[in-house]
Amino acid sequence: MDQFLQHLANALIMGGTYALLGIGLTLIFGIMRIVNFTHGELYAFGAYMMYFFAVVLGLNFYMAIAFAICAGMVLGAAIEYLLLRSKRGADIDTTMLIMIGAWIVLQNTEILIWGSVAKSINSPFPIEPLTLGPVSLSSVRVFVLFVALALIAATYVLINRTKLGKAMRATFQDSSTAALMGINTSAIYTITFGLGSALAAAAGALLGPVFVVAPAMGDLASLKAFAIVILGGLGNITGAAFGGFILAFAEEMGASYISSGYRDAMGFLIIIIVLLFRPTGLFARSERVG
Amino acid sequence: MSRIFTLLVLAFFLSVPLWLTDQYYLHTLVVCGIFMLAAMSLNLLLGYTGQLSLGHVAFFGIGAYVSALTSLGFSVSIFAYQITHEPWPPVIGVVLGGAVAGLCGYLIGKLAFRVRGAYFVIVTVSFAEVIRLIALNWIELTNGPLALPGIPPLTLGFEPIGYATLWSKGANYYVVLTFIVITYIIIKRLIDSPYGRAMIALRENEILATSVGISVTRYLVLAAVFAGTIAGVSGTLYAHYIQIIDPMIFMFLNTVTMVIMVITGGKGTLAGPVVGGLIFGIAPVILRNYVGPEVQWILYGALMILIVFVLPEGIVPAIERWFSRATAKSAELAMEPGKGARS
Repeated sequence: MDQFLQHLANALIMGGTYALLGIGLTLIFGIMRIVNFTHGELYAFGAYMMYFFAVVLGLNFYMAIAFAICAGMVLGAAIEYLLLRSKRGADIDTTMLIMIGAWIVLQNTEILIWGSVAKSINSPFPIEPLTLGPVSLSSVRVFVLFVALALIAATYVLINRTKLGKAMRATFQDSSTAALMGINTSAIYTITFGLGSALAAAAGALLGPVFVVAPAMGDLASLKAFAIVILGGLGNITGAAFGGFILAFAEEMGASYISSGYRDAMGFLIIIIVLLFRPTGLFARSERVG
Repeated sequence: MSRIFTLLVLAFFLSVPLWLTDQYYLHTLVVCGIFMLAAMSLNLLLGYTGQLSLGHVAFFGIGAYVSALTSLGFSVSIFAYQITHEPWPPVIGVVLGGAVAGLCGYLIGKLAFRVRGAYFVIVTVSFAEVIRLIALNWIELTNGPLALPGIPPLTLGFEPIGYATLWSKGANYYVVLTFIVITYIIIKRLIDSPYGRAMIALRENEILATSVGISVTRYLVLAAVFAGTIAGVSGTLYAHYIQIIDPMIFMFLNTVTMVIMVITGGKGTLAGPVVGGLIFGIAPVILRNYVGPEVQWILYGALMILIVFVLPEGIVPAIERWFSRATAKSAELAMEPGKGARS
């Protein structure tokens, strides 16, 4: 039982960052209908920017996180502006091929710049774990969970309570009507892609200090994010948030009670099972935003 | 005209090992041919049925592992039953590898073709990743990350004639070339048959095709079985040629290589994967003199984006259009003196 509680706590902490990844992708994939293979690379990019600001430039740890998130947003918006803007309305395969190309370019540029050796980032938190009854957690992980939850809440408020969020939701429901109402839909798509990428970069910046930063880290992140989005239902932000926690829980349980080698297989099994039995996702009302 | 051209191309490729003495270049061509074979099978799904399968490397890898294990032998225990397999000749491995990959094509086709578009892509990627993780973790069978070394090369021959083991690169070149020619003919026959026309109809308009009585799942699964079998056979050739395989064979980048070959050459054309395969099989040889592997991949990625923007149909359709325009123009010129003939 004690062990189970510990696993639950670990899952909760991973779930926070998975939820960030999933929400970022559900905005892009669920709403813009773009199979975004660069999402995991944006996650890796966030981690590398964290390394760049915190270790190379020696900035303050918290400032480095903020800068890394901003850098992710800028890169995401640039990708949308340069590669996808002229292909709006193209079929899903076309944009997907573009995104695969962009993913290869991004990942190999990372290897070229940073080398393939993993980097580590030191956090300013004490190494002694926080102990709560039978559960013990390192303080940096608790920090990661709280920041992730704060970002999830902020995204939720942005989409549901602000004028920009309203414009986004309108664009996603019916972009031509939204354009007729005076919304600059092109800008909305760029902003959405930037926002989704910023969330992926945030997940990378937060997990960089917990694990190590390596060029291959983005590969599985993309696929896990797809699993989370499918689990929650396309475009469903609440679903993606829960999907993140469910995937983290499934991985933790799979790794500890089946075999640690199959930790990463859980996401794929979830995808296959969900698509077979409930293709609209576990949390679907209908396909809508918010 | 086009038949003469085809024969000339074939004669050229038949003559290659006679004058190309550099073993490294020959090796590159053999590997290039093996991937070309896989790309041709991917073209069946991507080009003719219009389904973007990004898990194609799974069939390739399954073929390689099945054939390697058939010819090496293995011993595993499943639920306390000990299963031991004595080594069999590699040729049987090739047949079994193709068959098992084709069976996987049937199963995954039945499963994945329930969904379309983005979902289909993600199911196929997930399938390939699950297979990769099994190859990595079922160490008793696959030796995991330690790889399966010492796979015997193919041995051809019959009882009265005697046997020949294909150690040399030239011999392997001819085997791969033979498989490419056979596959090309099979795919051509398939596409020209009613089955192929049904597949193309599904690509063009699935709802309309269904309304005239084409069974969607049946034809898509059929395409997946063909594609899986051919990719599996190409995997078996890879295993027996390279003689060592590890779970890295399931890398997503291998699928990406096949996809790039197909879309660069021209998806949905018979010659597309061949042309694309040659370009991307030979490009690394030239590029490696100038740049490192990362820059090569960056160039591939950039080229992929460029192709989608500039030549969305690929090289072969572009050349065909240019060629037919040129011949039309010369025909027009020939017609010019007798104006009455043109009406």
